[in-house]
Amino acid sequence: MTAEPRGILERIAAGETLVGDGALGSLLLARGLAPGECPESWNLSRPEVIEEIASLYREAGADILQTNTFGASPMKLARHGLAERTEEINRLAVEIARRAAAGRAFVCASCGPSARLLKPYGDADPQEVLESFERQARILIEAGVQAFCVETMTDLAEAVLAVKAAKSVSPSTPVMATMTFDRTPRGFFTIMGNDVPSSAAGLADAGADIVGSNCGNGIENMVEIAREFRRSTRLPVLIQSNAGLPEIVAGQAVYSETPEFMAGKARDLIEAGVSIIGGCCGTTPEHVRAMRRAVDASLPAA
Amino acid sequence: MDILSRIAQELEAGEDERVAELTREAIAQNLAPKEILDRGLLAGMNVVGEKFRAHEVFLPDVLLAAKAMYAGLDLLKPLLIRDGVPPAGKIILGTVQGDLHDIGKNLVGIMLKGAGFEVIDLGHDVPPARFIDAATENGADLIGMSTLLTTTMPVMRQVVAMIEERGLRGKIRTIVGGAPVTAEYAREIGADAYSFDGSHAVERVKRLMAEA
Repeated sequence: MTAEPRGILERIAAGETLVGDGALGSLLLARGLAPGECPESWNLSRPEVIEEIASLYREAGADILQTNTFGASPMKLARHGLAERTEEINRLAVEIARRAAAGRAFVCASCGPSARLLKPYGDADPQEVLESFERQARILIEAGVQAFCVETMTDLAEAVLAVKAAKSVSPSTPVMATMTFDRTPRGFFTIMGNDVPSSAAGLADAGADIVGSNCGNGIENMVEIAREFRRSTRLPVLIQSNAGLPEIVAGQAVYSETPEFMAGKARDLIEAGVSIIGGCCGTTPEHVRAMRRAVDASLPAA
Repeated sequence: MDILSRIAQELEAGEDERVAELTREAIAQNLAPKEILDRGLLAGMNVVGEKFRAHEVFLPDVLLAAKAMYAGLDLLKPLLIRDGVPPAGKIILGTVQGDLHDIGKNLVGIMLKGAGFEVIDLGHDVPPARFIDAATENGADLIGMSTLLTTTMPVMRQVVAMIEERGLRGKIRTIVGGAPVTAEYAREIGADAYSFDGSHAVERVKRLMAEA
């Protein structure tokens, strides 16, 4: 054994299945985030809450903790009038996640969509979107993230820009990239019409090291999506599933999939060849703990 | 194929320049502007809307078709006004306060404009009072509200309640939609209608206008 700790890609290559963390947004709402309030602003105002949640996920057994930077590209922050605070919001997010990881989990930068439509469908200039992602990526790398996760993308063209931005800033840092699909009668497609094979190929061409899907589906659909990714690419596959789709009960969003249910289906994900299993909207530290147990139970007896 | 069917077909394909060209040609042939709108532009946009609903086409196709529709609509508008064709109704549209998602709301706006409604789009993150102020200032018939987030759905209830408080019930009607919103929720908060997509919104708004 060398003393050098192995990276995400090395551990996957050695046959390990890694566990990601779970939802952040739904837990922040439960802790008082106002509807429509910028979740990333809590890196400035409520860092202790962000750290507490990340610590809960690490204690639940997550190998990878994501930073609270999903909407912290300058272009997206501009929608909240916070573009000028891009630097500190991203830097603090990494510091918080590093404290929570305490060297026992990887710190991975969450990079979500710009919330703008690219030309010719919308008015966003691809070059400006690329520069926005690059600016965010540069801050995140300088603050010490160990990986990027480009996620919840519905436009392959935008996902490609985000992957390229991360790779141009730090070619050696692993980049995961996941898209959000809807089930249609003809199979799974993003709202922009990207299917799984073209997403897998496009993300790989852009330089992604790990590809897959997050959000938009409960874990049963995700098992099907995972199998399609496995057939479409030789890259490791990442799946971060919602705990089902939200239902409104007495004015509150309720996610119906229990930790036990998701852990049962996590076994199907492992069988489908998924390398990283985590949670998205509606999942909690309990979901991550249950999936951790499912992953550990799948290990061949030594 | 007649020229109106060709307009519809080019619109479906998102060919904005061809749609503008053919619309000019139809105008030059002295076809009634209302006819060009209904059987050309709108007919094409309805097909795109139906295909989107059936997942046969995706958002890019709808957005390109909308661009083509506007290319024709811009030419027809002055003629429709000249002919005294009144707008089908005036609608205030917006994504409610706390929510920045506007793709679905924009699609509803596209379909309503195509159907001859005057649409005043307030954008996203719209506070309750702004909906109502805009409606009264502009003499609008309807307020259309959208949200993608479960957490911002209560804003719709606030708008409906505020309409009641200001004694505007019946004068300004409300229609709500967005991924987590259901017909049941619309009933519960006292909204006048619910729609699940752009084409459906047009049907529901037309019905509300007819009931007025």
